[in-house]
Amino acid sequence: MGSGGVARERGGARRRMADAVLFEFLHTEMVAELWAPDPDPGSGGKKKSLSVLEGLGFRVGQALGERLPRETLAVREELDALKFLCKDLWAATFQKHMDGLRTNHQGTYVLQDNNFPLLITMGSGSQYLEEAPKFLAFTCGLLCGALHTLGFQSLVTASVTSLPACKFQVVIQKS
Amino acid sequence: MSRPAHKRPEYHKINKDLFVLTYGALVAQLCKDYEKDEDVNRYLDKMGYGIGTRLVEDFLARSCVRRCHSYSEIIDIIAQVAFKMYLGITPSVVCHNSSRNEFSLILDKNPLAEFVEELPAGRSALCYCNLLCGVIRGALEMVHLAADVTFLQDRLKGDSVTEIGITFLKKLDEKKYRRKK
Repeated sequence: MGSGGVARERGGARRRMADAVLFEFLHTEMVAELWAPDPDPGSGGKKKSLSVLEGLGFRVGQALGERLPRETLAVREELDALKFLCKDLWAATFQKHMDGLRTNHQGTYVLQDNNFPLLITMGSGSQYLEEAPKFLAFTCGLLCGALHTLGFQSLVTASVTSLPACKFQVVIQKS
Repeated sequence: MSRPAHKRPEYHKINKDLFVLTYGALVAQLCKDYEKDEDVNRYLDKMGYGIGTRLVEDFLARSCVRRCHSYSEIIDIIAQVAFKMYLGITPSVVCHNSSRNEFSLILDKNPLAEFVEELPAGRSALCYCNLLCGVIRGALEMVHLAADVTFLQDRLKGDSVTEIGITFLKKLDEKKYRRKK
């Protein structure tokens, strides 16, 4: 299982550009509002909220995928698509590259970000771990939507072991 | 500040698009969740308020603005520094009254609505950018200024410009701080 050749981001604190900050603030507010427990107990609140955020991310991921430079869209191989996510999409969205990419060469990929911007504001204590999945849902959708634009169906999940590092697991669906 | 190995110029534009696209997806979702335009508007304002209360800290950290002595100075800073910094535009400022507490920001370009040509069908009362009103109101409240902030004109509704009206209310006493509404 080789690691992809993805550039490593140096340095801890990274000064965010002002206009990048707007997206982060909006994202935090969306998590706070769209995650709110469903007042109607019968409709399965938690899962529903996850898919709302994922769905939003999916739409945005599709739109972003369409806007990225033309030459990157001529992606045919699965691995190229994943590298595209790790480099181009991540740089455009979060001003950094993914820190690691692993694969079993059978359609499953694990993308590792050691310093994920949307988790940084959460603080690094383990007491926030429970909240972390809410902050990854949108981005899971984003990855899925971008892959969809490239012609790949996928299932994307995320996990956090220690803030602000997280992993995205991408399983390419064979049609 | 360290940058990725190959920072191509398109990335910066795409990053700006990220906020605008996310906002558009959010508005579309709210239109699905709420039938009435007023409810969507209110929700956007509420979310904007939450953002504004936190954004003001970020703004103050980045901009080193000096203490203001009048509402006009504050409005000028909102228009010329804050809007420029976060949205890349500089709205023009109009003052409506001699007591100088009623102002408008005139936007002839609205980045939030960049990909929106017209309001969705059946949504004629939707204030698409109502988040902005909440942001301004929330930010002002965090510096102990109460204000009413609403859209007076909206290009998306057929007006020639987009106009945000800001009316400063009685200045909140710092010691007896009471939440508006």
